[in-house]
Amino acid sequence: MPKAFSVTVNGAHVGVTEDMTALAAILLSGTTTLRRSVSGEPRGALCGMGGCFECRVTINGERHCRSCQIRCAQAMDIRTDD
Amino acid sequence: MTNSRRSFDVLVVGAGPAGIAAACCAAQEGARVGIVDNNARPGGQIWRGETQDSDVVDAASWLRKLVGSRVEILAPMEVFAQPEAGRLVATSPDGACELSYKKLILCTGARERFLPFPGWTLPNVMGAGGLQALVKSGMGIAGKKVVVAGSGPLLLAVAAHLRAHGADVRTIAEQAPWSRLVRFGMALASRGQKISQAFQLKKQLSRIAYRAGCWVVAAEGNGKVESVTLRTERKTWKEPCDYLACGFHLVPNTELASLLGCELRAEFVRTDDFQESSVSGTYCAGEPTGIGGLELSIAEGQIAGFAAAGQRERAQAYFGERKSQRRFSTALERTFMLRDELRHLPGAETIVCRCEDVKFGRLREQPSWRAAKLQTRCGMGPCQGRICGPAVEFLFGWKAESARPPIFPVAVESLAATACAE
Repeated sequence: MPKAFSVTVNGAHVGVTEDMTALAAILLSGTTTLRRSVSGEPRGALCGMGGCFECRVTINGERHCRSCQIRCAQAMDIRTDD
Repeated sequence: MTNSRRSFDVLVVGAGPAGIAAACCAAQEGARVGIVDNNARPGGQIWRGETQDSDVVDAASWLRKLVGSRVEILAPMEVFAQPEAGRLVATSPDGACELSYKKLILCTGARERFLPFPGWTLPNVMGAGGLQALVKSGMGIAGKKVVVAGSGPLLLAVAAHLRAHGADVRTIAEQAPWSRLVRFGMALASRGQKISQAFQLKKQLSRIAYRAGCWVVAAEGNGKVESVTLRTERKTWKEPCDYLACGFHLVPNTELASLLGCELRAEFVRTDDFQESSVSGTYCAGEPTGIGGLELSIAEGQIAGFAAAGQRERAQAYFGERKSQRRFSTALERTFMLRDELRHLPGAETIVCRCEDVKFGRLREQPSWRAAKLQTRCGMGPCQGRICGPAVEFLFGWKAESARPPIFPVAVESLAATACAE
């Protein structure tokens, strides 16, 4: 069984397992907008495999992390750019 | 920032089926082999989330072979530049890494082709493979209404996967017409394995409307997708949904090959009988040489792996398998050719380049890809044209220019580490 723990998405606790990506955790929290585009449009993930850069969020203070490529870790702090 | 160095007889880039097969075959011949992948675990997109204990038989057996071999798995790690022949630089969570090699095998796979239509930038409009990857990485989809649209055999596999996870798949909209799909089905019938896969899928997809000659014209919603407008030659209607999973078959990932100077033929990496590219000692296997699916990728991977390890005779044993699988590849291309109507989906206000928010109306006025880049910044954002490049090629016939380093955006520290290493 994968290990279970919680992460925070924009400050709110979300229960996840270690095999989940940060992106899955964000969507599980009910957030659908990951970032605002250069003209201010809401955007969500597109390609799901690290190529489109639409799923960029801030993880543990580091900006521009591709949330679809990063696995959840205990106490991870995830912030969307909305 | 560490700057570790590794050196290999054979370095494989990409740990999907082709890369795993190549690495295992080269290692079996005693070569010191490393395999790099930008995902945390080997398997590529098609075997994402599968393990050695998976009930997907070929995934389990190849992953067992890989883990049981002496191949060094370098993941997650992303190659971004080649400072000189025989040396690549990559980034990983631990910092920059320098990889030296005698032989290189590129197995960089393919990505989905996305085409712009009004509303395609709304949240919850995703790639078909993209949504599948998300569900494989832990997102619940149970009870959600999903429309699967676009083109290619991937749509069926995605719909089956989503349904198995409890999604309410409303419609599968395949843009290719029935006439071509029927011919494709007959071609499949001459091949045992593929046809049994097709029957299995059909069973999993019972009672889902599969519409051929049907395409998306728009997605609508407030802050996220709420419905999608579908069209056939006879009618246009709205289908409510929570997610639209939409991809138009696949395009090869040739950025690295192109950076290394490998010659392309049409959009694919040109290789000889032993999968060697125009750059001596650099091989290429799987989707970058032509979209042909799992079995062809494995056959090409085995040939490349043995050939790179100097075992050309052993490589030759897979020539027959490759030849027969390539027929499937040709049939795929013919069947899922994109219909002309798709060129007329975007309106003047439809965004084509999602990184820089460049609209169709502005691009339409440009004479070339180069002019578009200079005048509008189309393709100049973080994805470096990976998404809009294939779209503008289809819309305007503009060919992508050669790749430039870094082929992925990297942290300044990684670039600095490369500079220091030089």
